[in-house]
Amino acid sequence: MTTNREAYEAVIGLEVHTHLLTHSKIFCGCSTTFGAGPNENVCPICMGMPGVLPVLNRRVVELAIRTGLAAHCTIAPYSIFDRKSYFYPDLPKGYQISQYETPICKGGYIDLPPTENGETRRVRLTRIHIEEDAGKNIHGDSASLVDFNRSGVPLIEIVSEPDLRSAEDAGAYLRQLRAILRYVDASDGKMEEGSFRCDCNVSVRKRGATEYGVRTEIKNLNSFRFVEDAIEYEVDRQIAIVESGGRVAQETHLWDPARKETRPMRSKEYANDYRYFPEPDLPPLVVPVEMVDQVRASMPELPADRKARYVREGLTEYEAGVLIADRDVADYFEATLPGLKNRKAAANWVMTEVLRVARDSDKPFVEAVPPAAEVGALLQMVEAQKISLNAAKTAFAAMVKSGKGADATVAELGLAQVSDESAIAAAIDKILASEPEKVAEYRAGRDKLFGFFVGAAMKAMGGKANPKVINEILRAKLAG
Amino acid sequence: MTSELNKLTIAEASSKLRAHEITATQLTRDCLDRIAAAEAKLHAFITVCEKEALDQARAADARLAAGNAPALCGIPLGIKDIYATKGVRTTCASRILEHFVPPFDATVIERLRADGAIFVGKTNMDEFAMGSSTENSAFGATTNPHDTSRVAGGSSGGSAAAVAAHECLGSLGTDTGGSIREPASFCGVVGIKPTYSRVSRYGVVAYASSLDQVGPFTKSVRDAAILLRTLAGKDVRDSTCSARPVPDYERALTGDVKGLRIGVPREFFVEGMQPEVEQSVRAALKHYESLGASTVEVSLPHTGYAVAAYYLVATAEASANLARYDGIRYGLRVNAEDNVALYETTRAQGFGAEVKRRIMLGTFALSAGYYDAYYLKGQKVRTLIRNDFERAFEQCDLIVTPVAPTTAFKLGEKMNDPLTMYLSDIFTISVNLAGLPGMAMPCGHDANNLPIGMQLIAPPFAEETILRAGDAFERTGSFKPRTPVV
Amino acid sequence: MAAAKITLEQVRHVARLARLELSPSDEERLRADMDEMLAYVDKLNELDTKDVAPTTQVGEAGTPMRDDVVTNQPAADAMLANAPSRDRDYFKVPKIIE
Repeated sequence: MTTNREAYEAVIGLEVHTHLLTHSKIFCGCSTTFGAGPNENVCPICMGMPGVLPVLNRRVVELAIRTGLAAHCTIAPYSIFDRKSYFYPDLPKGYQISQYETPICKGGYIDLPPTENGETRRVRLTRIHIEEDAGKNIHGDSASLVDFNRSGVPLIEIVSEPDLRSAEDAGAYLRQLRAILRYVDASDGKMEEGSFRCDCNVSVRKRGATEYGVRTEIKNLNSFRFVEDAIEYEVDRQIAIVESGGRVAQETHLWDPARKETRPMRSKEYANDYRYFPEPDLPPLVVPVEMVDQVRASMPELPADRKARYVREGLTEYEAGVLIADRDVADYFEATLPGLKNRKAAANWVMTEVLRVARDSDKPFVEAVPPAAEVGALLQMVEAQKISLNAAKTAFAAMVKSGKGADATVAELGLAQVSDESAIAAAIDKILASEPEKVAEYRAGRDKLFGFFVGAAMKAMGGKANPKVINEILRAKLAG
Repeated sequence: MTSELNKLTIAEASSKLRAHEITATQLTRDCLDRIAAAEAKLHAFITVCEKEALDQARAADARLAAGNAPALCGIPLGIKDIYATKGVRTTCASRILEHFVPPFDATVIERLRADGAIFVGKTNMDEFAMGSSTENSAFGATTNPHDTSRVAGGSSGGSAAAVAAHECLGSLGTDTGGSIREPASFCGVVGIKPTYSRVSRYGVVAYASSLDQVGPFTKSVRDAAILLRTLAGKDVRDSTCSARPVPDYERALTGDVKGLRIGVPREFFVEGMQPEVEQSVRAALKHYESLGASTVEVSLPHTGYAVAAYYLVATAEASANLARYDGIRYGLRVNAEDNVALYETTRAQGFGAEVKRRIMLGTFALSAGYYDAYYLKGQKVRTLIRNDFERAFEQCDLIVTPVAPTTAFKLGEKMNDPLTMYLSDIFTISVNLAGLPGMAMPCGHDANNLPIGMQLIAPPFAEETILRAGDAFERTGSFKPRTPVV
Repeated sequence: MAAAKITLEQVRHVARLARLELSPSDEERLRADMDEMLAYVDKLNELDTKDVAPTTQVGEAGTPMRDDVVTNQPAADAMLANAPSRDRDYFKVPKIIE
């Protein structure tokens, strides 16, 4: 679609709902495990039976506070739960317990990774609040089926200010948010399992304008790809409308990934008036300063802090940045280090060899690559000069395929490097003896011939000689 | 020869059971026999649990034989059909739950079971506790044991009538705007609504969550103290339930009210009250003075606004609490083509007129554009009412008032105009709004032999003051309860 | 005479919000009842509550919280026992159209 993009600015805000990593649900002792049989993880409370009452899970509050701290929010010492009323088959009580006017976290911001030209962007947050999830509907031909396993699973909703200006930014924001959530163990960010859902608010305005345009809401996007595509599409669609003199309607849309377009949701016959009022079954949530301090003290290291630590420990900004982008990668990198002196070699290896394999695989990172300890072992062998770097690469490729460990692979492939000086010296002597003209030319000044001798020596050793030792002995002998 | 053990009080029966003079099985059978004889006229029970009760009685007898059984072991009780009782249907007197069998017990039911109490059946009530006469039950009204052409009161009419008619030795009700105190007054029994949060609400089907409270009906104040001791106390399953320790309420029954300052609110003695009601309560106050208490006039200036505030706040909460009745997971379902129709027809057919009225009013009070003028306003006036009581209690330890402007009215008399019915709660409602404890107990009769009750109100968690004063009156007062006609 | 506090259209709207199907006579009766009640509660406007805080609870302050422990066992049959319409271990409802 060709549109007059330059004249317009896209204005995007994102609302992310994510499941919190708790063992039990927010208001009852049912398990939150994904993948259980239908209606196995339910009880009278999360099924909304008559007479039941909610009791708040402390871990939910702790994880919400962690997220708020990681996003630089203000943690409210006093917040209120509210009932949000609407009717839907997967909502057992006919209301959702949420937070309306007084959420647990306010304000805050997330900094996006710098762009190629070093530009940083800060996305402000409006709020983070706690709420419960609803069950799931499965649609058949003639009926729908309802499973309440997900009903009562704890959620936080993270609302950004409309600070994003492009689909790429939106993608970067979501990735950064997910990384933060995974770093603080608040969420596993698995969009495929439905534990990380995104709604987008999109509007456009003429560049330079200060007023916001009419926005549409695109709901329930469950992959980063869909988010970016949907935003691109919607921005173009709105610009086209405005350009042709029309008005954008304030609607809710769904993204159709097959046809790659947004469609208005079937207009609800009955408008939603949520009739929020304070939840009488739950006293106000009091979060004392001591609790916030405790949460802060027990928090896993944040990405920014970990990055700074890596830099202090000797990596470059760039290297540190690549490694911390995904918590699994950073954890992996650190797990290769025990016993290794050369941190940079490990960093380099992870950034090149390991990430390449991971990128090419469909599997999640941890399953796609050999165990970190094995890579560490391999790198230790290089460090101890037991194998060459090239041999290590060969071994790694084999380990990826076979799943075998470093020692076994190196042994199997006979990659051990020879450092025996007398053997190497003997081989070199033989070569020098067989090429007297070249030796003379080298001594006369043709330095380039050094490489020839190295190559010949390595070949004579079957490729297994330690190149450092070859260099040293060769230099000594050629010097006369 | 009939043993008529059902006419005993809990204290009397408990003593005889532990002295092995009677058995729980005999006691339970007498209650069941009485139920069989009286129910055609009284209709106090929705479900009679004959088999379960006799099983429980057998178990209780074994425990009593072993010695050291709790006070309530072997005592037959009626349970308002608003309490979840595992394996026994719990209807809330509504068609929408007519066949609902809960898979769990309410906390207070668990506590009573643990003490060995016996449940003879689930008692009748106004549908979802909405009403003041038990005429809103989907299964027919309960009549007043003193005159079966009149109401038993509501919403806990069945529980009150069952105790008054000696169908059981005590019963459980709930009170949101007077639903224990008013039927207690109409039926001539003791009914106490404890401080809000004193007793767990887990498993009590919710009407108005910030107002609902659990309480017993008994034949004597001592019996109320005994029951309350078991019912009250912290419950981790109810986030609004207080962790305050529970006193041994029986110890409060010293009989001594010397120096007790009794507040008499001028706003509670109004025009339109039945003259005998006022006379009875004033006579009771005189009696207290003769026992060494003093009376002082106090003012609760916002009393006249309580009914209005209540009908905004309670209905708003109720509209949300009743949203779960949709025919999907339990209860009545009226089949339909689509889900909206499923909800609309199920709820239309499952709920009675009064319930619908309150859901509509409550939904409106919370709806966009009306929240501030209605719900919020109601909650603000509630604060004023609480403050009234706080100020009054600076001058007195106990407040004594009538329970209702009249004695039991005729069946059908108030069904035409909802507002008239609502106004019969005028003396009880502000106590719920303020979260205070209040007890009704008999203090007289009118010319038609209909019971008159007085209400004793205390500051939060001062149930002991109420029980002490009530017990003192009961023991020394010249008024004697009449025998029911049923 | 005071103006009506609620119109028939508003009654219909509220009935939709509350998912209650009303017959025409229901509608009219409810309109009259609600009108009467709303006129009655109007008396609250005699009170100046500008500086009064609302009471949402009358219990004690403080937030009881539970430990993050799974305490419930799977019991699908017990939870589905009251289901008006059931398909294996699911609750069955008319097809939902999004």
